[in-house]
Amino acid sequence: MDVFLQTLVAGVLKGGLYALIGIGMTLIMGVMGIINLAHGQLMMVAMYITYVLHLAGVDPYISLFVAMPALFLLGSLIQRYLLNPLLKVDTILPENQVLMTVGIGMVLTEVIRFFFKSDYKSVTTGYSNATFFLGNISFSMALTISFFIAIAFTVAMYFFLIKTDIGRSIRATAQDKDAAVLMGVNTGRITIITFGLGSALVAAAGSLLAPVFYVFPDIGGPFTARAFIITILGGLGSTVGAIFGGVTLGLAESFGATYISMDYENIIGMTIFVLVLLFLPGGFKRLTKV
Amino acid sequence: MKKNLVPLVLLAVLAAFPLVVADNYYRHLMILFLMWVVIGSAWNLIAGYTGQVSFGDAAFFGSGAYAAGLLSHHLQISAWWGLALGGFVAVAVGLPFGWICFRMRGAYFALATLALNEVMRHSAAIAEGFTGGMVGILIMPTFVSKVPYYYVALGLAVASMASIRWIVHAKPGYYFVSIREDQDAAESLGINTHFYKMLSLAIAAFWTGVAGSLYMNYMGFIDPDVVFSLHDISIMAILVGIVGGVGTVYGPMVGAFVMVTVQELFRSGFFGLFAFLGRATGSPTVEAVAKTITGAHVLGFGILVVVVILVLPNGIVGDWPKIRNAFFRNKTAA
Repeated sequence: MDVFLQTLVAGVLKGGLYALIGIGMTLIMGVMGIINLAHGQLMMVAMYITYVLHLAGVDPYISLFVAMPALFLLGSLIQRYLLNPLLKVDTILPENQVLMTVGIGMVLTEVIRFFFKSDYKSVTTGYSNATFFLGNISFSMALTISFFIAIAFTVAMYFFLIKTDIGRSIRATAQDKDAAVLMGVNTGRITIITFGLGSALVAAAGSLLAPVFYVFPDIGGPFTARAFIITILGGLGSTVGAIFGGVTLGLAESFGATYISMDYENIIGMTIFVLVLLFLPGGFKRLTKV
Repeated sequence: MKKNLVPLVLLAVLAAFPLVVADNYYRHLMILFLMWVVIGSAWNLIAGYTGQVSFGDAAFFGSGAYAAGLLSHHLQISAWWGLALGGFVAVAVGLPFGWICFRMRGAYFALATLALNEVMRHSAAIAEGFTGGMVGILIMPTFVSKVPYYYVALGLAVASMASIRWIVHAKPGYYFVSIREDQDAAESLGINTHFYKMLSLAIAAFWTGVAGSLYMNYMGFIDPDVVFSLHDISIMAILVGIVGGVGTVYGPMVGAFVMVTVQELFRSGFFGLFAFLGRATGSPTVEAVAKTITGAHVLGFGILVVVVILVLPNGIVGDWPKIRNAFFRNKTAA
């Protein structure tokens, strides 16, 4: 029973962070209708920003406030100068924007590799390996703090989307771009803001994960994969779905690692992905209608 | 006849190539080029003509390579039989996948192929008893000379291009294009889109698998990270397709030539140019730059993707009028 509870706790804590990654992806997905395959790589860039600041003695939870604006800027620039121009280009393949994000992801990874080499770096803080106990269940201090910060960001994001003017514009653009234009929404600007926001959210996840994971250039790929599994799980463009999707993936990974084998951790996500497509196309969104 | 003149002349040049050029280095590059023609043409059929962009060609390539490798590894049967078998194994991987995943469209299908790629790679690495895991499979190459491999590769390249050219000009080809242009309209005209997407995938998977078996026979060594590589196989296949020209018969050939050249330029540090400069000037900076460039071929690929999509979205063949106008405006005007 303890093993079960322990696995459950680990899965939920990890899931909270995955949710943050997934929300960024699903926002971009909803507004632009494209999957951002550079998502994990953007997170990797944020992790390196955290790492560099860590070398300068800044705590990861403070460098969060550097990484997020920096990635917001990077994301907006990518959208403004690399993705938006593609809308005007006449081409056979509609997936050009997705291919472009793949290229951007490769460039980001290699540029980072150029500066930092492929070595594994770690952001070791006083609480990286610290744990506390509730009953017999141990909680990783770093993951627990990260979990609550992730929850705070998720809630803030939710209210931003529901209550503010820009949030409403983003949702309007996601629902019907043409109608949004007719209502006076500057959709070009909204796409730029959205990509920036998505990048900033994944940057937050990156800073929060930095004390727990090793930091290396190729960490982006697996997280891009996780982000799109979460998005498919939760339902495309659904914020609430992304939270459920993130927690589900976190749980599945930790249960799989405990009860099947560590080797299969990467395959489990992919299997869920295919199962969801088979039996629940549309993801959790179809069940919750949110 | 006139229509076929250029391809036939090109074929003659390619057939004569190993007789004229004795240097094994260039023969090796040409074999790689021909192998990429096969893979690129296959990618182009499923993505360029049918509009179902695949990010997971390595899944089929690796299946073909492992089919050949495992034959010789477990049953001591010559890996050349894999050339016949590899394609069918890749189809056997592709069809169930397509049956499940063709209910998704556009970018989601692309993601599913990416997932297939990863699943195959991890599976091959985990199933150590069967595939040898990360140790890989080593077989003895049959020939010392590169010439037999060259002609096998040439034969495959010609066969794949001919078959794909034939099919895109036959009825299924028009169905493929109609699916790409508007799947709902195609469906409403009574085209069984699911069946034709599966057909397109089967042909593409077959040729990619055959190319994989050729790779196993030629290189003599495979491991999961080599043949199921996302960057070196799947992304390279996409690049071959889009650089050459999506939805054109000869585009993948141009794309394969450009990409193999680019890859080799980076790998060899611009054919030793930087190493030479480093020695000539004796400056450590240049040598450092040379070392970096040799390791930066993925960066080069990434930048190439970005630039090609922005500037030449339809590839060299597809945007040929645009290129011609940009460079030879005077001649066309005259």
